Amino acid sequence: MTESLNLSSGSVVIVGASLAGLNAAEALRRAGFEGQITLLGEEPHLPYDRPPLSKQVLAGDWEPERTALSDAEELAADSIDIRLGEKAAALDLVSRRLTLENGETLDFDGLVIATGARCRTLTGTENLAGVHVLRSLDDCLALRADFEASPQRVVVVGAGFIGAEVAATARGRGLQVTMVEALANPLSRVLGDEMGSVCAEMHRDHGVDLRTGVGVDAVVGTDRVQSVVLSDGSSVDADVVVVGIGVIPNTEWLHGSGLTLDDGVVCDATCSAAPGVVAAGDVARWPNELFGEMMRVEHWDNAAAQGTHAARRLLDESVEPFAPVPWFWSDQYDRKIQLAGRVRPDDEIQVVTGSLQERRFAAIYGRAGRITGVLGFNRPRHVMRYRALIAQQASFEEALAAEF
Amino acid sequence: MRIVVDFDLCESNAVCMEIAPDIFEVRDDDFLYILNETPDEADRARVQECVRRCPKQAISIAED
Repeated sequence: MTESLNLSSGSVVIVGASLAGLNAAEALRRAGFEGQITLLGEEPHLPYDRPPLSKQVLAGDWEPERTALSDAEELAADSIDIRLGEKAAALDLVSRRLTLENGETLDFDGLVIATGARCRTLTGTENLAGVHVLRSLDDCLALRADFEASPQRVVVVGAGFIGAEVAATARGRGLQVTMVEALANPLSRVLGDEMGSVCAEMHRDHGVDLRTGVGVDAVVGTDRVQSVVLSDGSSVDADVVVVGIGVIPNTEWLHGSGLTLDDGVVCDATCSAAPGVVAAGDVARWPNELFGEMMRVEHWDNAAAQGTHAARRLLDESVEPFAPVPWFWSDQYDRKIQLAGRVRPDDEIQVVTGSLQERRFAAIYGRAGRITGVLGFNRPRHVMRYRALIAQQASFEEALAAEF
Repeated sequence: MRIVVDFDLCESNAVCMEIAPDIFEVRDDDFLYILNETPDEADRARVQECVRRCPKQAISIAED
């Protein structure tokens, strides 16, 4: 077979009906693809937006309906056949056939893998009421229900972006929050210690009992969680625990398919994993030529852009490499934190506008003479300007001299 | 083509400004300003990209 799909016929199956999958479906139609599109979603919900789940929906400001990314009418208008509550179980690349968990099979000409990732959990807490992760709408509503029951104390395990947003939202609801972080400072493995300490102070100033440099030894409770025992021997009473310790890409169903799996579905620079098979979003690992490294990116913006790119790749094997500057935002308290680029904790860091004390600044990161990233606290304009410089592979010096 | 921004949804992420800095600008007050509400037809593809890429789906195009 030729690698590219015929525009006027054939069928595409998209596994995963979240942001990447939906963007892939819409991009296929925009590109003029007239064949069949089947969008498989494991969850019972139509495609929805996840960022509000740790913020507006969890806060109680939004009802879940507001997170909808599409509706049945729009999908029907685009002739996108959405099938919810269906999970892919196996892939046969030779016969180009997908087997679902219910035993049904689906043949395809083109396949988009957008199965995302799932939360890591603390082993032994699976059957303990009050222990949560936050990824799906159902996760969010379960946690919100526990927040509404006026808990005495919420313990957040992991001060990454999800944990930090949950802590901020819980404080906004007037709840007592202890946040536990194994690193010396929140996000220090990403942002470095100086910027991590800015985050730490922000949480403390908002009344979070932040414990850093400690792990969790045990989550105690019989039916419902009662306390969390930390690695320094201390114990924190808790009636709600939120675990935000990272995610695992959903690739188990692809074992034995012949696709290369290595912390995600390994793709080439154009998001192609095999002839007529592409991957996008949290599950995809690909070489980003702008940075000369393999990456798997878990950000909203990447899921949307990569879903679109992967769809174009299905239709056109000569499509350009997917080489974006990763970017995301996180809203915590009254701060919009944005990071663009690919930074390492030991990069050179220079504040280019504003001040750390006011937590209103932009700082640029550099390595080997090149700008690698930009971090902004309430500085969206600067972040986007420096993001453009990162895309242009500007030197660190050039970036320092720029005025925005 | 007229650009409509739902400022209740807009969070000033400035993605639109990155795509079309001649049309959208987020200023130091953290608010988004539309520099050109009625761009030329030649700009349609870029504006459509802004509509799609906005993390809050706050931008739309009105035809009037």
